[in-house]
Amino acid sequence: MLDLWVGIFVAAGLAALLFLALQVSNASTFNTGDAYRVTAEFDNIGGLKVRAPVKSAGVLVGRVDAIEFDNQKFVARVTLRIDKRYEFPTDTAASILTSGLLGEQYIGLDGGGDTELLKDGGRMTLTQSAVVLEKLIGQFLYSRAAEGAAK
Amino acid sequence: MANPASRTLRHIGHTVIDGVWRLGYAARFFVFVLLRSAVSFRRIALTIREIYFAGVLSLIIILVSGLFVGMVLGLQGFDTLQRYGSAEAVGTLVALSLVRELGPVVAALLFASRAGSAMTAEIGLMKATEQITALEMMAVDPIARIVGPRFWAGVVSMPLLAALFSGMGILGGYLITVVLLGVDAGAFWSQMQASVDLREDVLNGVIKSIVFGVAVTAIALFEGYDAPPTAEGVSGATTRTVVTSSLAVLALDFVLTAFMFRGV
Repeated sequence: MLDLWVGIFVAAGLAALLFLALQVSNASTFNTGDAYRVTAEFDNIGGLKVRAPVKSAGVLVGRVDAIEFDNQKFVARVTLRIDKRYEFPTDTAASILTSGLLGEQYIGLDGGGDTELLKDGGRMTLTQSAVVLEKLIGQFLYSRAAEGAAK
Repeated sequence: MANPASRTLRHIGHTVIDGVWRLGYAARFFVFVLLRSAVSFRRIALTIREIYFAGVLSLIIILVSGLFVGMVLGLQGFDTLQRYGSAEAVGTLVALSLVRELGPVVAALLFASRAGSAMTAEIGLMKATEQITALEMMAVDPIARIVGPRFWAGVVSMPLLAALFSGMGILGGYLITVVLLGVDAGAFWSQMQASVDLREDVLNGVIKSIVFGVAVTAIALFEGYDAPPTAEGVSGATTRTVVTSSLAVLALDFVLTAFMFRGV
């Protein structure tokens, strides 16, 4: 009788762990096993973080693996892990976007028309940096001032 | 000679030396338990019996508290998040706070007061009624026979209880926000899955609960084994178990969190 209860307890505990692993965490939605890495250089990554999603047409295709600062070119080098199931041409454009007004930042990929595909260790050359609000306001004020001067 | 200043000084010195002495004794006790735990696995029936008392009998309090903690988290999270128009993120809030912190910590606190205090009282009473001395007289090692199985039962039960607590909490959050308050079920789960990481969050939570299991059980067993063999001594030891292991869980949680989630 004791063994039965302990068996039920252990089975329920393992089921709860399985529930946490499969239903709650992202193990089921994105398999980290089969993936290839490509790098992209950005002038400014804004608030992008490691493990941020990489999306194409809104679908999760990978995650940001590493972010480094290139001290030669003074740009940010971002390494992306992309699921093996998804292949992109070499002229794919990567841009840093924000989900919603206050949401997290992610990388959006827009497929190009090249016949050659990106391989492991490849590089994306077409990139668009994050929109920095201060710079945007600065540009707006500058253009308003220029309009005023023209009048 | 016995002026108040020197008496106070002597009292402080005595307390410090006593504390360090007890710490050393506790460390030696812990090593002894580990060294003699082969019996706990060879005679697995002993350990299973203790898993029943420590784990199965704690199930009700763990499941009910988990459900209510999750429901409160869902209610409060929804209330705040809907002001920013992102009520769907409540799933992320509930799951992350439960899996990372509240699951292991609250389950360990409940475990300390439900099972830890019982262990201390049981071993303390065994000592007071000289059952431990009787075992020694029969050449049965009391640490291997009595303490070891209880220790391993606690270490095995704790992660399972913490996982059940987190699971019930997430179900409670789901019940309140999706069923009652009308958050979209698909968004609730998918937002949760998008931001909870298997290794980073779930596995670290399990590691935390194993560490808490070791700490709570070791403290409870030591306090019981070290209790003065009187009625007063056993009651004092039981109180100390709950206080010390709760403080140890909270302090360890801070240290582990600082290690695990530094980059996030």
